[in-house]
Amino acid sequence: MDVLRVDLLFQIAGIGIFISVINIVLKQAGKEEQAQMLTLVGVVIVLLLVLQLVADLFESIRTIFHIY
Amino acid sequence: MQISQVVGLGVMTTIIIVFIRESRPEIARLLSLVAGVVIVLYLIHYLSMIIELIFSMAKEAGMDSVYLTTLLRVIGIAYLAEFGSQICRDADEKNIAFKIEFAGKVMILVIAIPILVSVMERIIGFIP
Repeated sequence: MDVLRVDLLFQIAGIGIFISVINIVLKQAGKEEQAQMLTLVGVVIVLLLVLQLVADLFESIRTIFHIY
Repeated sequence: MQISQVVGLGVMTTIIIVFIRESRPEIARLLSLVAGVVIVLYLIHYLSMIIELIFSMAKEAGMDSVYLTTLLRVIGIAYLAEFGSQICRDADEKNIAFKIEFAGKVMILVIAIPILVSVMERIIGFIP
């Protein structure tokens, strides 16, 4: 695992920008509740990605520093 | 030049975060967390090489590997606790951050107890 995982960063940034744009469109169309739901779904998707990465980090730290 | 990669990634992520923060603060926060984790995951490869070197040097010096393992565990626990508490502090949750640091200190003390006991036994052995 000696490569910088830049793709994950770009993914999350892309999701953020995408959600902001869709949010603006939904707010302009007067659908406040759907905009709220969209925000929630975006956060959950990003959280899933982040969870995978953090679990990976903890696993590597545990193997390297001999914590069992 | 791997350092330029890391620096470039950090600067680029900072620019993206500043761009996103005003519209989506929650995703900006997660993005900063991901940037930190990605950089550390990149560094772990090199860190493991250094630790292997330290272990081989200790073996050549005839050192007991139990102490070195304990030391490494303490470093790992301290790093993990710092990681978690820093994230909580970024989100203005100082209470939880303090609790995580406290848990880290307690765990380090629990791991260090065998060394403490051996030091005590050594001292008691000196007393005639």
